[in-house]
Amino acid sequence: MENPAVAIEYQNVVKRFKGAACNAVNGVSLSINEGEFITILGSSGCGKTTLLKMTNRLLDPDEGNIILFGENVRDVNEVLVRRRIGYAIQQVGLFPHMTIAANIATIPKLLKWDKERINARVRELTELVGLDPGEFLTRYPAQLSGGQQQRIGLARALAADPKIMLLDEPFGAIDAINRLNLQDELKRIHNSFTGGVKKTFLFVTHDISEALKLGTRVIVMNEGKVCQFDTPENIVKNPADGFVKSLIHTLRRDGPAHEVRK
Amino acid sequence: MREIWDSIISYFENNTDAYLTMLSQHVSISLRVLSMSIFIGCFFGILCVRFSRHQKWIIGTFQVLRIVPSLAVLVLSIRFLGIGMGPAITALTFLAVPPILMNTVAGLEKVPVFMLETAKGMGMTPLQVWLRVRLPLAFPLILAGIKTAMVEIVASATIASLIGAGGLGQIIFQGISVRRTELLLIGGISVALLSLISVFLLDLLDRFFQRYKRI
Repeated sequence: MENPAVAIEYQNVVKRFKGAACNAVNGVSLSINEGEFITILGSSGCGKTTLLKMTNRLLDPDEGNIILFGENVRDVNEVLVRRRIGYAIQQVGLFPHMTIAANIATIPKLLKWDKERINARVRELTELVGLDPGEFLTRYPAQLSGGQQQRIGLARALAADPKIMLLDEPFGAIDAINRLNLQDELKRIHNSFTGGVKKTFLFVTHDISEALKLGTRVIVMNEGKVCQFDTPENIVKNPADGFVKSLIHTLRRDGPAHEVRK
Repeated sequence: MREIWDSIISYFENNTDAYLTMLSQHVSISLRVLSMSIFIGCFFGILCVRFSRHQKWIIGTFQVLRIVPSLAVLVLSIRFLGIGMGPAITALTFLAVPPILMNTVAGLEKVPVFMLETAKGMGMTPLQVWLRVRLPLAFPLILAGIKTAMVEIVASATIASLIGAGGLGQIIFQGISVRRTELLLIGGISVALLSLISVFLLDLLDRFFQRYKRI
């Protein structure tokens, strides 16, 4: 099997916010292959969301470069970069004044697809995230439960078939049972693109069991730096430093029932 | 009581045309003032939010203008603009802009930051974020400001007749000068009804645009 292409490369990326004592992201260098499901784990304020937002240029790094499929994001128009990348966040951010169908169709409409193609894509995606198009497409976001809204949020982010998906704690506000279902669904969605190469997922979370369950590799971040970037198995077996060790320790304390993606 | 009723009936029998003219003048003044103030209020409201450094003095200026009593604005405007429809519309617009301006600012600022950031993160241009997300979500509050302004406009358009702009105010001021109660009643109740009808129509509009909230 030939080596997969490098999807995302961070080269010594630094981000500091005005008035902050230390850098939010402090010299991060990583290389992520196409088709990987990367989870970024860390406590709040560790820079994981900042790293994500620099990937689709919601923020620009102060130092270093971010390369997407060989192209420096600095050199590409920011709007065009974002349209090629799926983006979903914890608050979902469905537009309340638009129907579910219109929400999912947001990016295809921006890209000026024709109507039939948009309609077909919207139905396909609604089914992909496990909802019935006939029932949901004409509804408004306020009529959906939190879990259903996040499914639509995922469908919307996937609409233009992006190669990269950025997911910022998408299940953070969802109850434990629904969250487990959604995690399984997300894994299934990631595995379902069998036609070509899989999409590259970047999934930020502060939930360690979620990170270990979903990630093919896990980035553990603390105070703007990467502590460890390895498979879930290796992270549990050989934690790189004290911080990772203490994270693993919380997992053991909470009980033995955790699942590690192999 | 009986006498007043009779004289009201006879007023309408003898002055139908005059009444309808004054009514249509009143409606026309109100609608022109409303469209002017929606334009100015929304324009400056958007400026306030887009360039928040200037928000304080823009809002302050319009607030000060509102403190001046409408009658004074009307009389002062004679000095600069003369009499008739034009000055009346100008003067009333000053009064109607603040509620629309304030609500536009409040509505635009109430749209959650994460909503704007998602829109941006999906690849909308700044203009698309405004037109497709920010303005539509602010619209219910802007409409509430328009409603407040509308009531004020319809009521204040009454005194516009003082500077020769016509309208239902003519009946009331005529009633005062010749001491005829029925004229006061006809004028006053007409203005009140007009005000109610306009609020009702705007409510319908409001319900139409907010149907996504009520399901």
